[in-house]
Amino acid sequence: MRLPPARGVALSLLLLTAILFPLLVDNPYLVSVVITAYVTAIAVYGLDVMLGYTGELSLAQGGFFGIGGYSAGILMATYEVSFWIALPAAVVMTAALGYVIGLAALRTRGDYFAIFTLAVGVMIVIIIERWEGVTGGTDGLIGIPPPSSIGPLRFDSLTAQYYLVLFFLVLTIYVVWSLVNSLVGRTFVAVRNSEELARAVGIDAGKTHQLSFVISAALAGLGGALYAVFLGYIGPAMGGVQMTFMMLVYLMIGGVASLAGPLVGTLLVTGLMQFLQAFAEYQMMALGPILVVVIIFFPKGLAGLAKLLPERWRR
Amino acid sequence: MPEPMLELKGVSVQFGTFLALRQVSVSVAEGEIVVLLGANGAGKSTLFRAVSGLERPSEGTIHFDGQDISRLAAHRIVREGVAHAPEGKHLFTEASVRKNLLLGAYVRRKDPAGVQESMEEVFDLFPMLRAKAGDAAGTLSGGQQQMLSIGRALMARPRLLLLDEPSLGLAPLVVEEVFESILEINRRGTAVFLAEQNAHAALKVAKRGYVIESGSVAIEGDRDTLVDNPEVRRAYIGV
Repeated sequence: MRLPPARGVALSLLLLTAILFPLLVDNPYLVSVVITAYVTAIAVYGLDVMLGYTGELSLAQGGFFGIGGYSAGILMATYEVSFWIALPAAVVMTAALGYVIGLAALRTRGDYFAIFTLAVGVMIVIIIERWEGVTGGTDGLIGIPPPSSIGPLRFDSLTAQYYLVLFFLVLTIYVVWSLVNSLVGRTFVAVRNSEELARAVGIDAGKTHQLSFVISAALAGLGGALYAVFLGYIGPAMGGVQMTFMMLVYLMIGGVASLAGPLVGTLLVTGLMQFLQAFAEYQMMALGPILVVVIIFFPKGLAGLAKLLPERWRR
Repeated sequence: MPEPMLELKGVSVQFGTFLALRQVSVSVAEGEIVVLLGANGAGKSTLFRAVSGLERPSEGTIHFDGQDISRLAAHRIVREGVAHAPEGKHLFTEASVRKNLLLGAYVRRKDPAGVQESMEEVFDLFPMLRAKAGDAAGTLSGGQQQMLSIGRALMARPRLLLLDEPSLGLAPLVVEEVFESILEINRRGTAVFLAEQNAHAALKVAKRGYVIESGSVAIEGDRDTLVDNPEVRRAYIGV
């Protein structure tokens, strides 16, 4: 799969901007906002694999984000496991739980799947809250150390953590890009298009859904683990239903089933929320109308708009 | 008659309390073209869906090559050599013509060279698909979509092709073109089981057939028997 040259140039410029960002912006607060947006975006990419490409809305994404965060957090804070082991362990654990939950959840489709996964998401938060001995309950989990250094590379500064998170974000985007352009990705889209037709051409629709759900959970786990390590403390809210719906808002505003969508949406809305923070609890009231406007005028999100523009030019 | 390639014995399919197929027994031999005539809702599509594993029979057996496939999953049945072009030009409308064809060869994904070869064969059969290879399937005309649907089914390199109402909604000239290609597909060695309401066109290509009414086989026989049957003439040929 080759990129058209114009897109290649645009991507290189974007990547360069992302790399230079912490060097040009001398504002630790802003850098940490962007880091949070990056880790959340990783989980939003997971949401998009399931919703955008396979066509099923999973409302357990916040829950999986929490499982990733708590897995890494508990391993590192309680058991003093190195970040470099805790991170993959958290991803594997989230993926494995995703697999088991998928076995039951994927017996349903459409609205029922969304409702079932919503219930799973709620249960995950309750478990995190009540399993005090392990998770710290509603007090949360504190004292998650920064990643240990590898050789000369140290990760205790904000800038270093920014690059670490950026690395995983780029890796996620690359993996999702390869996935959607592979035959496996085409089976995802085939199943979304018509599950029955997919079965008629010989695609195992059950397995396809299961695979997509596991990948989706694994990305949530990765994002969650990075989120926990970057913040240093976590509470049950990170796995909450509100987290899921924020991710869904990021995805809708950014654009479903587009490679830029999850990142664009997460960055924009996170930035907007920071800007509106002065209005405290009223910030959600501003978000509502914005979401409505985007859905009415750009049903494919802002990334859809960007795709539309070049087409208009060509005419 | 040789041992049939596909044989349904006493197959019933039930939707809730409604019996869509009752005790149907039909067969298709290697290399044959067999037509299944019937009005809307008679059970033609249900029969095909049962063969391709999209519907589970409540009783009866379906043998393909001597193996009972009535309990196999749909994707396994495609691998056994049965490809289904469902009614209504089912396509992956957002994907290009080429991608539709590639997805049709999904069960052969480990054999890219063979898939490429089949793609060429499909392009030879339907040259206009080659010209439109990069276009989204949804932008094709009705007849072209039907051809793509057939081509997509052929990409699985089936030994038996199930074609559900390929003439549906097509202009008479296009119907002729589609049936011409069905003959050509059969000449290349694929058995075709054809569901149709257009008995006139279907009985030009099929040597044998069944008439299905309210879920059961009402009449069966070779082409001449069917063409001469007053019931068939009245209901399906309109003479």
